Amino acid sequence: MRRGAWLLAAGSMALMAMATEPRAARYPSPVELTISPDGLRLYALCEGTDEVAVYDLGSGKIIRRVPVGRVPKGMALSPDAKRLYVTNSWSDTVSELDTASLAVVRTLPTGFEPNAVIANGDFLFVANRISNDVSVIDLATGLEKKRLLAGRGASYLAASPDGSRIFCTHIYPKIGKFRAQPESEITVIDASCQMVVDRYRLPSAAGVFHVTLSPDGKLGMAAQIRPKNLVPLAHVEHGWVIGNSISVFGEDVGEVVQVPIDELDRYYTPPFAIAIAPDKSVAYVSTTGSDSVTVIDIGRLVKFLRSLGPVERRTLANDLSASANYVVARIPVGSGPKGMALSANGKRLYVANRTGDTISVVDTAARRVVNELSLGGPSTLTAERRGERLFFQAAFAFHGHFGCASCHLEATFDGMSWDLEPDGFGKDYVDNRLLEDVGDTGPFKWNGSNPNLETECGPRTEKYFYRSESYDGEQLEDLVSFIKSIPLRPNRYRAATGELTAAQERGKAIFERTRRKNGTPIAVQDQCGYCHSGPHYTNQKLFDVGTGKATDRSPLIDVPQLTNIALTAPYLHDGSARSLEEIWTVFNPNDTHGVTNDLQKDELNDLIEYLKTL
Amino acid sequence: MLALVFASVALAGAADMPCFRWENFTTANGLPDNHVFNVAVDGKKVWAATENGLGLYENGQWKVYRPADGLAHRAVLFVAPDPRTGDVWIATMGGLSRFSAGRFDTYTQLTSGLANDVVYGVSVEGDFIWVATAAGGSRLNTRTGQWSLYNERNTPMYEIWTYAVNATPTKVYYAVWGGGVLEYDVKTERWKDYNDPDGETEIVLYKDQGLIHEVTTSVSYVEKDKILWVATYAGASRYDGRNWKNFLEKDSGLPSNFLNQVKAVDGKRAWFSTDKGLAYYDGENWAVYRPALDTHKPEMLVRDAAGKVTPVATETAPSHNYVLGVDFDGEDLWVATAHGLSHGVRVK
Repeated sequence: MRRGAWLLAAGSMALMAMATEPRAARYPSPVELTISPDGLRLYALCEGTDEVAVYDLGSGKIIRRVPVGRVPKGMALSPDAKRLYVTNSWSDTVSELDTASLAVVRTLPTGFEPNAVIANGDFLFVANRISNDVSVIDLATGLEKKRLLAGRGASYLAASPDGSRIFCTHIYPKIGKFRAQPESEITVIDASCQMVVDRYRLPSAAGVFHVTLSPDGKLGMAAQIRPKNLVPLAHVEHGWVIGNSISVFGEDVGEVVQVPIDELDRYYTPPFAIAIAPDKSVAYVSTTGSDSVTVIDIGRLVKFLRSLGPVERRTLANDLSASANYVVARIPVGSGPKGMALSANGKRLYVANRTGDTISVVDTAARRVVNELSLGGPSTLTAERRGERLFFQAAFAFHGHFGCASCHLEATFDGMSWDLEPDGFGKDYVDNRLLEDVGDTGPFKWNGSNPNLETECGPRTEKYFYRSESYDGEQLEDLVSFIKSIPLRPNRYRAATGELTAAQERGKAIFERTRRKNGTPIAVQDQCGYCHSGPHYTNQKLFDVGTGKATDRSPLIDVPQLTNIALTAPYLHDGSARSLEEIWTVFNPNDTHGVTNDLQKDELNDLIEYLKTL
Repeated sequence: MLALVFASVALAGAADMPCFRWENFTTANGLPDNHVFNVAVDGKKVWAATENGLGLYENGQWKVYRPADGLAHRAVLFVAPDPRTGDVWIATMGGLSRFSAGRFDTYTQLTSGLANDVVYGVSVEGDFIWVATAAGGSRLNTRTGQWSLYNERNTPMYEIWTYAVNATPTKVYYAVWGGGVLEYDVKTERWKDYNDPDGETEIVLYKDQGLIHEVTTSVSYVEKDKILWVATYAGASRYDGRNWKNFLEKDSGLPSNFLNQVKAVDGKRAWFSTDKGLAYYDGENWAVYRPALDTHKPEMLVRDAAGKVTPVATETAPSHNYVLGVDFDGEDLWVATAHGLSHGVRVK
């Protein structure tokens, strides 16, 4: 066989092998649960299979799987329960389901990456994670009436029992000053005038997840983490990495107070969903990385909070002994618990185990799982799925303190700059990066010190982060397989056709230019496309582009990939640039990070519009 | 009293002109600063743009916001509430701020796509925020975060010092200080400029043949009537899309040709902020409200269509002759002046 023919044959065989290879397994990955008011149905939202699984609670069987849009993240019933609304986070839509026919009857447009929805009277309120706002959708017309400014990463919503107020929480903190404490907020919307009327400040809080109100509306609770990113990551044993807490607010407790749920020698992370019992006796908090549900005695909590002075209330979140005053149980559930739903009488708590593809049924009186509902899916776990479980687990860190997902929230990033101790205290601050599309972009870490993901996630993590024996060889392979498989979400700034707008075209020309505006040539190594080349817009090499700081051990920076760069502020290796603009308006005075100082402001804007499409 | 009775009986024009009882605010009763560049009525709230902070008057109390609270700069030049969202957009000498339920977000030329930090004006239309800066116009798309800049390279703007902007669903107008008026047609996305046909700064050769002057300070477009009002430092103009009508001190009831702002009621009626008092035009008659230029006593003058000027007795007046802006509060007025903020309570 001639060499060319052999190659052709080999190529054909490879193609055939690909064609016959079974499609990648799709795991249901339930993220949210809702029970119909009559208690007969349980809706399980499966982000992995893009569907709503509808259970008959009498039999415990799935009666229908209703396909919705891509990567659904949140759902809510209309007050009359005749409609179920589902946010399709990758489709930028809400699916409207008729709960009688279990069919999608309308698909409504939203902002970028809708994550949660509330049906309130004639309107839907939708939290959009990427556009950082809340869409108000007129249900009569199906059109978006307006958008309200929320915080960064608007993700979860709750309505007060009387429907007068909508509360919104955020997965990412505000973009603040460099090396400043993170801060988040609870955005309060007046549902009647559809305006933001208050913003509860959450100092030191970053990732804030579900928010809920007690049935009497007097107590609000939001699940959150408090990262301690300003101090070196050297005191894992002292709790100085991430605190897991609940922001409590409302008439019962006065101003917002942040309440820890950890213990001195054990952590429960990250708190995700909260369900308050109908009689307001207890609150249940799912902790995804700890595979458990924390039970808080609300009477004891309120009494305890009322006994505190103002200073004690402000510092309470850092007191790991405090939880003994109000945490009354930890209920082990399945793998990766996320959304929860309580039965109307409060006797059953349903917990969606995202990486377990099951629903734990908890007897709330006995405080133990009494049944487990399967969502189906593949019977075996792929390496990627095993790795995904590891990624979301906090079991490997000292005292179960944190896991990969504690900083890479929901396998993304956290929008913060960290001081990681292996570099030395106060050295080499590092901006947390999005993990999508990183698989082929080694070396890793901004100074390129980790040649591959195995090094990044293995011994380095074990020695410097977790402070305990970490993954074995197989587990590490699985974890890396998962990270490499994290899908790249759709780019919201690039038209589906790939066509660029006029501004983006102009920006592209600037990105690709080889001459300054005065006609003089730009040295090859100073052209944007020299370093930011290839499919991920990185040539995977190290350069000194003049953005190093006195705290850095080396001025050489591993060229970062640019895919979906619009999402991941702050920028530069250490997170010192708060916006894409600042990369050049503040940190490129000598044209060492590309030639940009001959650009007019509108031309820089064009360049940024193009970068956002990558 | 006799004079008041006489004026009321003798003057049909004067009788129809609105009268006010003026309540004045200065730093003595809570205003952040006496130099008030503009004022905006926002439901039951009143926002005062002052040289040393943003003032919010609500429920009879003043609240003051300054850079320590997150405001971009202490010198606030203009305020534009967004009636749809309740947010307030604030033009300052150090960038553009958005105030939303207690939170300030600031956009500057370094941290965002804003053209320049000297922001003279801002106008909200739907999801777009139109901004007038010292280096041209800027438009923020609040849904996508995209900034679009408008200057001499992509519009017929030979001078880029934009001083005010008024955005409506169909048209957007910029007052370009030294460059006339710039019009943006929302449907066609095309720009058009309007300039003084005689090109002269001191004299008017072609009255009513075009914009009165190149140094424009304010634009106010009445969409339902398709009428554009323009204030300049040398008179005012009204444009109906075909014909220009210009107003000068010498042949109208304007108390001065030096205008800081025009605010239209409709295609026929408008309020003018001048350096010699506040003026109102109802389509035929004029009224001027001010402390008298000589005695500084409260004064209201009415000029009828025939040009006859008659005083109307009044016991109060806006706090200063140098008026920079006005906004409507039902039948009441709020007036920004060089020495205090005035609330004109309509008297029947």
